[in-house]
Amino acid sequence: MSKVGIIGVGQSVFCRRYPGSLRELVFEGYKEVMEGERITNSDIDATIVCSAPEYDKQRSPAGVIAEYLGLNPQPTFYIESLCSSSSTGARLAYSLVKSGLHDVVMVIGFQIMSQITSAESQERMGRGADIQWESPFGTMMPAYYAMHARAHMVRYGTTLEDLALIRVKAATYGQLNEKAVYRRPVALEMFNDPENFISGTVASPLRGGDCCANADGSSCVIIASEEKAKALCEKPVWILGLGAASAPVNMAARDQLTGLTAGIEAGKQAYKMAGMTPKHIDIAEVHDCFTIAEIMAYENLGFAEPGSGRELIRAKETYKEGSIPVNVDGGLLSKGHPIGATGGSQIRTIVKQLRGEAKDIQVKDPAIGLVHNIGGVGLYGNVTILGRE
Amino acid sequence: MPEKEIDNRFSKFGTVSFASLTHVNDFIDYLDKGKVMGTRCKDCGQYFFPPRADCYACLASNMEWFEVTGAGELISYSTLRYAPAGFAEDLPYTIALLDYNDYKVFGRIDSSIPVEELSVGMKMTTVASKTANGQLIYVFRKP
Repeated sequence: MSKVGIIGVGQSVFCRRYPGSLRELVFEGYKEVMEGERITNSDIDATIVCSAPEYDKQRSPAGVIAEYLGLNPQPTFYIESLCSSSSTGARLAYSLVKSGLHDVVMVIGFQIMSQITSAESQERMGRGADIQWESPFGTMMPAYYAMHARAHMVRYGTTLEDLALIRVKAATYGQLNEKAVYRRPVALEMFNDPENFISGTVASPLRGGDCCANADGSSCVIIASEEKAKALCEKPVWILGLGAASAPVNMAARDQLTGLTAGIEAGKQAYKMAGMTPKHIDIAEVHDCFTIAEIMAYENLGFAEPGSGRELIRAKETYKEGSIPVNVDGGLLSKGHPIGATGGSQIRTIVKQLRGEAKDIQVKDPAIGLVHNIGGVGLYGNVTILGRE
Repeated sequence: MPEKEIDNRFSKFGTVSFASLTHVNDFIDYLDKGKVMGTRCKDCGQYFFPPRADCYACLASNMEWFEVTGAGELISYSTLRYAPAGFAEDLPYTIALLDYNDYKVFGRIDSSIPVEELSVGMKMTTVASKTANGQLIYVFRKP
């Protein structure tokens, strides 16, 4: 069986308000890839463009992006699965390459969130849930995840301090990531300081510090057949496992709130395809859109038993030096979460780690990495396992 | 000929409604009469809340209405201090999920209930109500 590899990764700086247009933002992620590799546009057979719709005015963004990057006349098209759009794009690229239809496919993720107000943005995100039966109650992403947090706290004894410790870790590494939107440290005491936005309730029990930051950003990942990967890249990283799943949109149709079933199912598929167990994973990027989401991810991916995710962060096992480093690039919490760019950015982090190119945040000699990317409130789940061999 | 009247009753649902046309529009008339209703597939017996017009298991649209009565168990809740566009005047408000065993109900806690009196596992009922802007809604109350 021939392999499929990742031969280039890039992202823009994730920032509060990108001072340029969508195509210019996308160019930044693209430029990082093309400068670092000996790939040229003539090697790219197709592009897949990924974002969550309705945040910017441009309809059908694939067209203007392909033009701006000089990628005509190759085919290009747009896909979305909310916050997991670009890992869905990577899955699709894998299948296009594996089928033999294309040899090299570029996956572009982007989001410009700053052209609308924060309240409008929450309204858009809320409409990623059930607009007929949930949105009329005034729902938004932090409140949905807050319901998961409360259910987890009541059932398992997870505390607000456990949640805060996730943010402290994220900020520890966000400071080291020159592409992160939030580069300041976060101390546990800030969650008790009524003057600090970090302690302020957004949707109980979640506070400002429990929520990731909206950001503008882009990412770019190039996926290739084994033959092309070896020809075009010194250190390709191989896609060993892929998993994808969905869950009911409406909370009323879900069996439980203490985990995300789409993440659990996607993880199982990816481990099975790779012939691996959670013990094989040396480093992971998980979808920490909220602090509780990271704790649930530890449990849903098998890094911890259900209910004991808090023990991993308390023992610092998910820090860079721990037994399973998680989100050592700052995660969505500090790096920022430009929705459609996030999956590609997570892949970038793992690829750089496996290549030994992660500089200040380099984990010691990882061979296998995992990317966990969730769309909506656990609505879509993608898990991707990557390896050096 | 006058234009055929559009049945957009569902636009009366919630502080801001995002849908107006649906095959379960009778839900709104029931709500207006004080009843919160779900649907049940007459072929397989499956309960649906929120109500739906079609059963994917039976490929049938052979539904009957049932009333959400009695108490459900509070699974979780969250009080919003910040709202999406269109809901700022409702703040603060609490969204919640009740478990009725055969189905679950997602909605809001009645604003008259202090948040301190809520706890996961408590029993609550689902009651038809009106929003501050006069729209139809249902809320959760203590039995």
